[in-house]
Amino acid sequence: MTIPPVPYAIDPDSAATVSVEEQQFNDLIAADSRIEPRDWMPDGYRKTLIRQISQHAHSEIIGMQPEGNWITRAPSLKRKAILLAKVQDEAGHGLYLYSAAQTLGISRDLMTDQLIAGKARYSSIFNYPSPTWADMGSIGWLVDGAAICNQVPLCRASYGPYGRAMVRICKEESFHQRQGFEILLELMNGTPAQREMAQESVNRWYWPALQMFGPPDDDSPNSAQSMAWNIKRFSNDELRQRFVGMLVPQAEVLGVTLPDPDLRWNEEKGAYDMGEIDWTEFHEVLAGRGPANARRLQRRRDAHDEGRWVREAAAAYAAKQAVKAVA
Amino acid sequence: MSDTIEQDGHGHVDVDTVQLSAELVEAASVASHDVAEYALWLGDDSLVLAQNLGWWISRAPELEEDIALGNIALDLIGHARSLLHYAGAESGRTEDDLAYWRDEPQWRSAHLFEQPNGDFAHTIARQFIAAHYLFELYSTLMESTDATLAAIAAKAVKEVDYHRDHSIQWVLRLAQGTEESRRRMITGLSDLWPFVEELFVDEPLIDRLEGVAVRPSSLRAAVEGAMFPVLAEAELEVPRGFISSGGGRRGDHSENLGPLLAELQVLARAHPGAKW
Repeated sequence: MTIPPVPYAIDPDSAATVSVEEQQFNDLIAADSRIEPRDWMPDGYRKTLIRQISQHAHSEIIGMQPEGNWITRAPSLKRKAILLAKVQDEAGHGLYLYSAAQTLGISRDLMTDQLIAGKARYSSIFNYPSPTWADMGSIGWLVDGAAICNQVPLCRASYGPYGRAMVRICKEESFHQRQGFEILLELMNGTPAQREMAQESVNRWYWPALQMFGPPDDDSPNSAQSMAWNIKRFSNDELRQRFVGMLVPQAEVLGVTLPDPDLRWNEEKGAYDMGEIDWTEFHEVLAGRGPANARRLQRRRDAHDEGRWVREAAAAYAAKQAVKAVA
Repeated sequence: MSDTIEQDGHGHVDVDTVQLSAELVEAASVASHDVAEYALWLGDDSLVLAQNLGWWISRAPELEEDIALGNIALDLIGHARSLLHYAGAESGRTEDDLAYWRDEPQWRSAHLFEQPNGDFAHTIARQFIAAHYLFELYSTLMESTDATLAAIAAKAVKEVDYHRDHSIQWVLRLAQGTEESRRRMITGLSDLWPFVEELFVDEPLIDRLEGVAVRPSSLRAAVEGAMFPVLAEAELEVPRGFISSGGGRRGDHSENLGPLLAELQVLARAHPGAKW
C-alpha cells in the first residue's frame, strides 16, 4: 500500500536533518504500518526490540523449568500429556522469538551466551519456585493469564516479525491459561487437601503475577518511547488493571480468594481498587535475589554445558556431509 | 491432528492431545484377560519410556531437541493411554488406576525401556532400539484380529516411524561427528544392547493369542534388518557380550523401575481417591 506523507511531529529545526530513510520509517510508524527486517530503522528502535524480544525468548526458555519439574510427577496421564505439550510449546515460543530477534542482526548463540552468563534478563516470575502441583494451575491461570494481557497488544507491534510471532504464541497461550484454570477448578472441586493446595498456591502467585506488568507508569523509563514506536500499546498500569478485572469473576467461579484485602470494586472509576504492590520484592528478584534465580540459571547453564559435545558433533557431521556433497 | 497454528505435519500438539483416541471411543469391545495382559505389555513399555524421556524437557542439548524429545514422549503417552485404557476395561480399572496404583511386580515393561537416560548418546541408543522395535511391532499388529489393537497400532506406527527417523539421524551424527561423540555413541550402544534380546522372547501368553498378538521372536529379522544397515553406515559394530536375562513381562524388573515409579506415582498416591 502507499503511505500518504503524514506530517510527523518532529522538531522543525532539526527537520532538515531527517534522512529520506528516517522519514520513511517515521511515516510507516505514523500510519501504524509494519517495519520489516530490511527496512531502515533507528538504532534505538533496533536495540529496544532486540532487548525486548530476546528477554521474551529467554522467559519462555527459563519458564519451561518450573513446570518441567512436574512432568514426571503429574497426577494423571491426561495431565501429564497436557503439561508436556505446554512445556514443549514454550520451547517452540522461544524458538520463534529467537528467530524474530535474529532478523534484527543478533545471533542465537550470542543471546544464549548472554542468558547463561546472567547478563540478560527474563521475566522475574520464573524465579519463584513451584513446590506443589497446584502451581501448575496458578502458573497457567495467573502467569499465562498476565502474559496474554501483555502479549495480545504485541500482536500489533510495529515490527513485523515480532507481531507475527506473537499471533502464533497468543493462540497457544490461551490454551495454556485454560488448562491452568482447569487444574485449579478440579482442585477446588476436590478434597479439602486439594482445595487447600489450590488456595495456598494462588496466594503465592497472585502478587508476582501482578508484578509481571512491570513497574508503575510513573516509574517505567522506557515505556513512553516504546509507545511512540508502536511497540507497546498500553501502559503497565492499564494492563494490570485490565488483568485484575478479568481475574475477579474467574476467581469467583473457582471459589478461590485473591489475597488482597484492599481489592474492591470502585463504582466511580468503573474498575477495581487494589492494594499496594511490594516493589521492593520485585526489585530484589530482578536483581537476582529471588528464591530460584540461581537455580534457574544453573539448570540452563548445565544443559548448555552438558549438551556442548552433542552440538559439536552435529556441527562436525554437517560439515563432513557438506564436503561429501561437494566431492 | 488439529487444524490450528502449525501445518507442518508431525509434532504439533494442542489441547486435542488430551482426548483419548477415536479408536477407543468407538470401540465397544472389552479385552479378554489375555488380551488385557498383552495390552499391558505394550502400554507399560510406552509409558515407562515416556516417563524417562520427560526428564529431558528443559535439559536437552538444544532447544530443537527439547521439542523433539517432548514430541516423542507425548506420542508415547498417547499410545500408553490407549493401551492402558483398553487393558483396564476388563477389570474395571481406568488408565490412571493402572498407571498410578500398580506396584513394581505388576508392571510388564521390558528392561530396555526402564534403562536410565544416561547421557544423550545413551538416550539415543535406547531410542534407536526402541523405535525400531516399536515400528516393526505396530506394523505387524495393524493386522491383528483384535480390532482395537489393530486400530491403536495403525495410529502409533506413523508416529514411531518418525521416532525411528529421529534416532537414526542422531546415531549417524554422533557416530560420525567428533571423537568424543563417537566414543559416547559406542558406549551408549553397548550399554543398551544387552536389553535387545528380551524384546524377542516369546512368553506363554503369546501362544494363547495367536493372530491377536505379535509373536516377539517373529520380529527379530525385521528389527535387526532395519538396524544393522544404519549401524554399518555409522561404522558402528553390533555390540556383543552380556545379554540381560530380562523378565519384565513376568514382573521381574531392573533396579531402575522402582525409583521411576516412585516419582511417577508420588502425588497421585498421596491423595487416594482424588480427581485431577
